Amino acid sequence: MNQKNAVNRTVLAFVAPAFLGLFLFVAVPFGLAAILSLTNLRLGSPLPLKFIGLEQYRRILSDPAFSRALLNNGIFALVIVPLQTAVALGLALLLNRPLKGMALFRTLFFMPVVFPMSLVAVIWTLIYAPGPTGMMNSFLEFVTWGLWQPTDFLRHPLLALPSIMLLSLWQGVGFQMVIILAGLQSIAGELYEAAAIDGSNKFNQFLYVTLPQLRNTLIFVMLVTSILAFRLFDQIKIMTQGEPNNATTTVMYEAVKAAFEQQKIAKGSAMTVLLFLLVLAITIWLRIWGREERVIE
Amino acid sequence: MLNQGKHNQGWIVVSYGLLVLLAFFFLAPIWFTIVASLKPDDLVLVEAGTVKAFIPVQASLSNYSDVFKRVNFGLFLGNSILITGTIVMLGLVVNSMAAYALARLQWRGRNLLLAVVLALMIIPFEAIAVPLFFQVTVWGWRNTYIAQILPFIANAFSIYLFYTFFIGIPKELEEAAVVDGASRGRIFWEIIVPVAKPAFASVAILTFLTQWGSFLWPTMITVGEKVRPLPVAIAEFQTLPPIQWGDIMAFAVLMIAPVLVIFLLFQKWFVRGVASSGIKG
Repeated sequence: MNQKNAVNRTVLAFVAPAFLGLFLFVAVPFGLAAILSLTNLRLGSPLPLKFIGLEQYRRILSDPAFSRALLNNGIFALVIVPLQTAVALGLALLLNRPLKGMALFRTLFFMPVVFPMSLVAVIWTLIYAPGPTGMMNSFLEFVTWGLWQPTDFLRHPLLALPSIMLLSLWQGVGFQMVIILAGLQSIAGELYEAAAIDGSNKFNQFLYVTLPQLRNTLIFVMLVTSILAFRLFDQIKIMTQGEPNNATTTVMYEAVKAAFEQQKIAKGSAMTVLLFLLVLAITIWLRIWGREERVIE
Repeated sequence: MLNQGKHNQGWIVVSYGLLVLLAFFFLAPIWFTIVASLKPDDLVLVEAGTVKAFIPVQASLSNYSDVFKRVNFGLFLGNSILITGTIVMLGLVVNSMAAYALARLQWRGRNLLLAVVLALMIIPFEAIAVPLFFQVTVWGWRNTYIAQILPFIANAFSIYLFYTFFIGIPKELEEAAVVDGASRGRIFWEIIVPVAKPAFASVAILTFLTQWGSFLWPTMITVGEKVRPLPVAIAEFQTLPPIQWGDIMAFAVLMIAPVLVIFLLFQKWFVRGVASSGIKG
């Protein structure tokens, strides 16, 4: 009995700090988000605090800026998830060969990952400088033999979001690449040898050995990328502030604007609850999808 | 056979061609930043569209001294180091200890707490930022270091990474020490921690990358310069009139140089840390 108490004391000493932190700074605010989103809480408001049920959600969902934010996050995910995964897979396949200098190239491709997004956003703001002397503008003019008309990328209703996608890919793709590279290197060489003996060419080996073996890695990479797509904030705040005409606003940008600039805590909370539900849905969907494929296998 | 060889060599040339093109895509913005930081301000925008954007002409360090004259760069750097350093250090201790109890000690409620960790892992910080902002405001913690440090020490994902590593350590390693009557604390520090160095390195690097670049939270929680970290400082500096791109790029280089040096020295560990987060997720 005494020994048991001693074990319990040890356990308590080991887990208490971490779980106290998780409780106070994750679980409590998480519960608080759900509760606050059902009220009219506004910092510094003279109105009495009231429980208003789903009214905040009704307001948010009928707000055109928020609908646009949801749409933008959706477009961002639909483009960047397949694109970034494909690029990362391509880079990983290029690097996963016994050629000289691969370590150097891996380092170069991975380097932007250590760049904070705020820094990347500032640098790319300059790259996207409007006018004929802007770097991206001159580059496009050069590769299109002068057909390109100088554009203000970040204030163009159709180009602003794709411009932000490009720098997000630049910064993030090295991360996915390294994960896929680790996945590639854990595929047993015998599988390729067996396939080669069976007379399958490189392309078929990729289709029937590499892809099935990488399935879990690829699903993980897509999961992480889609979640990142819905958390999009830093680039928007620094580069466009949601402009032009909400063409680049996002759920998180709207949430921060509501909570921080307008002090509408309840409204911001409701938005982040929706953000969480979206992330949860993506996670569950990709998990089920990943599992089903394995069952068929 | 000969044909095959030629075919392969062709592929090798194509591969290297592709790799060099890609290297240019990844390097160009970085090289451009460094070159622009050395140029007179008025030349940065004028030359951005020409090859000269990549060649330092009239190079000088005057943009760098401008940064130190115009803003309190040392303060921002110090703030970032203090905040990130504390989170990484305390996070390693707190999360590894919790993971150790979850992975290697028998006690009631263990499975329940493990499930809690897994559940908390899927809550992105963004989903709790607003209520946490409210909480911290009520507690009077706005514009403090505490508000930027304390909420980020305990981390479900770090606990999980440690947990998966600890669970794989052979039992025999500890058994002798248990029989000798060593305390769990001693066993942890003297046997487990040295064996688990790679896990500590991975978690340290992942925590460092996340916290060093953290922008959303300090944007919400800091007012004025006193506790402002670098990511918020560069965003502010970018809009500080007069807008001088040479100065802004010098700020960018000053902000990334220490990280880049650490990365190039320990890049194997960076890559491993990131890869391990993927394999285990």
